Amino acid sequence: MSKVLKIDKNVHEGVRELLRSFLENKKVKGVFALKKINENGAVAYSLITNPNMVEAILPFFPFMPANAGKLLSHLTLTGSLKGPIAAVVRPCELRAFVELVKREQGSLENFLFISSSCGGVYSLEKSVNGDLSTDSELWSKYWDGVKNPENQMADVRPTCKACEHFLPYSADMTVLLLGNKAIDTECKISLNTDKGEKFADGAKGEFIEEEIENEALKLFRNKRIEEKKRLFAESQIEKFGMDGLIKTFGRCIGCHGCSNICPICYCNLCTFDSRDYEWEPSTYETEIEKRGGIRVPPNTVFYHIGRLTHVGISCVGCGLCSDVCPADIPLSTIFLKVGESVQKVFDYLPGKDVEEAIPLTTFETEELTEVED
Amino acid sequence: MKGEFTPKIVGFLCNWCSYAGADLAGTSKLKMPPSVSSIRVMCSGRVDPVLVATAFLRGADGVLVAGCHPGDCHYEKGNYYARRRFAILKKVMETLGLESERLRLSWVSASEGPRFQEVITEFTEKIKKLGPNPVKEKTSL
Ligand code: SF4
Ligand code: SF4
Ligand code: FES
Repeated sequence: MSKVLKIDKNVHEGVRELLRSFLENKKVKGVFALKKINENGAVAYSLITNPNMVEAILPFFPFMPANAGKLLSHLTLTGSLKGPIAAVVRPCELRAFVELVKREQGSLENFLFISSSCGGVYSLEKSVNGDLSTDSELWSKYWDGVKNPENQMADVRPTCKACEHFLPYSADMTVLLLGNKAIDTECKISLNTDKGEKFADGAKGEFIEEEIENEALKLFRNKRIEEKKRLFAESQIEKFGMDGLIKTFGRCIGCHGCSNICPICYCNLCTFDSRDYEWEPSTYETEIEKRGGIRVPPNTVFYHIGRLTHVGISCVGCGLCSDVCPADIPLSTIFLKVGESVQKVFDYLPGKDVEEAIPLTTFETEELTEVED
Repeated sequence: MKGEFTPKIVGFLCNWCSYAGADLAGTSKLKMPPSVSSIRVMCSGRVDPVLVATAFLRGADGVLVAGCHPGDCHYEKGNYYARRRFAILKKVMETLGLESERLRLSWVSASEGPRFQEVITEFTEKIKKLGPNPVKEKTSL
């Protein structure tokens, strides 16, 4: 049983009311959340301090313009923010932030994390080319899917449909969206930590006890696990081999959008953007002599294998790499699959627990003898 | 011709142990297949998976990473990190259906000339069975 704050408003209004009261009562200094940019469905993360601006906040707008984890890392790169900030983020964004903090790329201090049981998001393509305003068909379809596991969010991104980590692991508050048929009239927020309870204290609403892992959530979880199995089976990644990799990445235009958008790829001086990655003329000569010809620029497969070995251990499956790829390469499916297999070796779930070291930064003296010869 | 295939193996050898071990094998005139091109690194912990992937994709038939025995690393822990990185690369390759058998991690100390001889001989035999790395033929990597 968890402690739950129930506000008699729809989820969007309920969360806005809570955020507004935080600002008005000076419980927080700022609010970090998705904010409407204009009427046709453009949103961006924003950091606001003026309570009057809360009106424009759309806390669960089904689109991810950036991984908030990366943005929060930028905000706290050289130290924590001074006042408490209420940050409304998705579970995979929170996990990404935790991964970045473990890599000393930010600070969790002075945040109140508000997340939700997440219904996923639409792809960048759908959000930009379709009509995704709050009175659009896409919008109502989305919320229909959030309420009913049967409709399991028909059009959200494949990665989201296959994501079983839809409950946040380290949020102070979780807005209960998935499977809650009453979200149009009530807003339920589970208070997961002492901090969450402290902030909710005095809020307008009723405090009740409720089981978070209810039947509806179990249904969602099963559906998503099934979907992941289907997605992996369909993508046949384990059968790629070199020919499959060349086929899959053959249409990569080398824009490096996938690594730029990836929250885990945080290095400013990425080896794949550096001079090291370029071949000398003499290397071209050796290679064409060996092979009889070579793709120019070369190293496409190498870039992706490199990225998989560097970020696979921490990939949170946020799906942004697929979102931005102009060549429509199913990157996040590949990263999720390879990421999970690597994470399994160390029994590691990225972003779950800030105290748990990233496997690459620690070791056991006796382990992995199976990789030694 | 298949019978004449001499594998090309790239060996990342740690300066303090395996490189010295290789040297000892050489000066002791131990018989070994001439298959290894060694790259001397200051510690096996220096071997970023990306280096191994480079060798593999440029067409090395086998890639060897060799360092001091666990507990004996000159920098105390480098080889423990190396082992984890290596395990990750192997897993990535396995999951992508690539021939991860072409990678090998071994511990060879500075005094273990015969051990170096054994590692090279064994690995070369294994790669001979696998045949040349088909990656060499690919033109659209
Ligand atoms: S975003 Fe797509 S096209 Fe751009 S580098 Fe990544 S895989 Fe290649
Ligand atoms: S690799 Fe793709 S799915 Fe994984 S964290 Fe980076 S952007 Fe998200
Ligand atoms: S110095 Fe030899 S493995 Fe570290």
